[in-house]
Amino acid sequence: MKKLIKNENILGFASSLIAVIIGLLFGAIIIYIANPNVAFKGLSTLIQGGFKTGAKGIGQTLFNATPIIMTGLSVGFAFKTGLFNIGTPGQFVMGAFAAIYVGVKWTFLPSSIHWLVAILAAMIAGGIWAIIPGLMKAYLNTNEVIVCIIMNYIGMYTVNYLIPLSGNVYNSMKNQTSYLPSSAIIPDFGLNNLFPGANGGIIFAVIFVIIVHIILNKTTFGYELKACGFNKDASKYAGINDKKNIVLAMVIAGCLAGIGGALVYQSGAGKCLSVVDELAAEGFNGIPVALLGLSNPLGVLVAGLFIAHLNVGGFNMQIYGFIPEIVSIITSCIIYFSAFSMLIRLFLSSKSRGHKKEIVPIETEPVNEGGSV
Amino acid sequence: MSQLYFLVQQTMFFAIPLLIVALGGMFSEKSGVVNIALEGIMIIGAFFGIGFIHYFQTSFSNQQLVLLLAVLVSGIAGMIFSLIHAFAAIHLKADQTISGTALNIFAPAFCIFTARMIQATQQVEFKNTFRIKSVPILGDIPVIGELLFKNTYLTTYLGFAILVISTIVIYKTRFGLRLRASGELPQAVDSAGVSVYKIRYFGVLISGFLAGIGGLVFVVPTSTNFNATVAGYGFLAIAVLIFGQWRPIRILFAAFFFGFMKTIASTYSGIPFLMALGIPSYYYKITPYVATLIVLAFVSKNAAGPRASGEPYDKGKR
Repeated sequence: MKKLIKNENILGFASSLIAVIIGLLFGAIIIYIANPNVAFKGLSTLIQGGFKTGAKGIGQTLFNATPIIMTGLSVGFAFKTGLFNIGTPGQFVMGAFAAIYVGVKWTFLPSSIHWLVAILAAMIAGGIWAIIPGLMKAYLNTNEVIVCIIMNYIGMYTVNYLIPLSGNVYNSMKNQTSYLPSSAIIPDFGLNNLFPGANGGIIFAVIFVIIVHIILNKTTFGYELKACGFNKDASKYAGINDKKNIVLAMVIAGCLAGIGGALVYQSGAGKCLSVVDELAAEGFNGIPVALLGLSNPLGVLVAGLFIAHLNVGGFNMQIYGFIPEIVSIITSCIIYFSAFSMLIRLFLSSKSRGHKKEIVPIETEPVNEGGSV
Repeated sequence: MSQLYFLVQQTMFFAIPLLIVALGGMFSEKSGVVNIALEGIMIIGAFFGIGFIHYFQTSFSNQQLVLLLAVLVSGIAGMIFSLIHAFAAIHLKADQTISGTALNIFAPAFCIFTARMIQATQQVEFKNTFRIKSVPILGDIPVIGELLFKNTYLTTYLGFAILVISTIVIYKTRFGLRLRASGELPQAVDSAGVSVYKIRYFGVLISGFLAGIGGLVFVVPTSTNFNATVAGYGFLAIAVLIFGQWRPIRILFAAFFFGFMKTIASTYSGIPFLMALGIPSYYYKITPYVATLIVLAFVSKNAAGPRASGEPYDKGKR
């Protein structure tokens, strides 16, 4: 059994790697077509990513990776329960607003816990925003994708409505939120000295990766969640409350995305939430991260760092006249091929197991690995 | 009265693209393929359509002909782009949401990249010379002429034509029957000797064609440049599709409901009657979304969507 799981993980990693290589090749072709003269320089800049500019570049990568790791965790966690949480932009922006609101308004809190309370507020706000899709999916059998999309827009409009009404939270000159007081900024634990531009956010992101990993793999609750994602009817038959689990999975996913909002806007990098009718890109960017990381928390961490690395590389490529959107093109290509590779992997693993699988679940590991529970 | 005319004319600009794209989504879902890539396909369609207008606007004297040709270009671009999704979803049995997401990420990046490679800026400019001030004869009819035949675009009538044709195709033709069947019980279609793959390819390609047109139809009346975005209208169209319960006439009403609320939210400050009510635009903005949620809550229990939608067809499966 153990061996089989190991095989599956290796297979999963290999298939993701193949998708990444195809994506990069595709990107290389486009770079070559766009400008053959500096194509090699451009490509090497892209692949070097943050490492090109040393410690500062690594700091940028870490800063970029923080929100997409959180939203990637959110999407991946929901995937494990068989849910597609495309509602991360809404949950992210609700979390961001809650964190900023608490950060600016609740200055009566001692500075040692102020920033922590703001993160908690973001977590709660993100979780609340995910309750509706969860409840509707569990009790009304509504497609969670469409409810999530709707909640994204309601969330965006709600935040844009609330910011100007929140007094000193709003900077009307710039039509955005005001800067946070220093007590609401997440401490950087000396990371900023090591890698300029990085901050404590990435440490929290890693902590949440570990927490989600433990929940999914070491607890009964996580086992139940995965069982629901793998076969709803069977888990119901086994006495698992599938409705409760669907709601909980959505809420936890929402909490993770909400925290992502806090980690960005409490970073002390001077980023403010603008009042524009545009869905938060950090939310959508979690989807490729989760897909590339095969919904596995540790995979999400690696995928988040990798995509952030490419993003920094894409930014650096501009000195050769290339357009940073090349990274999105490569990302989309990677996702497209990861959709296939999942199929190839299932095919291979079903061959080795000697029976044919009929469904193509998003789930990647066999759920029965926790059979001892 | 002039305000009412203005409202109706504005509503058309928002509702018609939603109608066209949601009908496109209907073809895909009815055939059994979930097409979450509508947003991306709209962007690609608009990009090529606007690009065509940008380059060939001055080569034709008849501006309506330019628009019609642009519509065709958009449709074909959208159709080719949707082929990528169809191939993954039908032949390779890939996860349809994932491949759709890939297309959605690809489209805006591709447009910005290509535009900036060809010209300096990412915006593709065009001159809006397509507005019809008043349709001859029909525009002179009192009330109705003002409502439907003044300050309008050819694309508005195209939208209604697509609605009529779609309804006929879906409900009155053999192809429509097969299309619906392959979304409900593909095995039945197969046992009748018809290729489910082929039907599903048609479904997705039609949705790509219509979504591509929808992208152009959205951009032309509301802007003078294309900036690699259709403002989430592809996702909205999916909401309209579900709100409309996968039925053409209900989709029409849903699209106009959404379009009307969007219009009010963006123009209410110019309408004294609505200003006097003192309701912040926020409530107008969220009304269509909240209404969709409520409708979903009531209809989802006995879901009216195609039963096999989203499931790859597997011949060997019993």
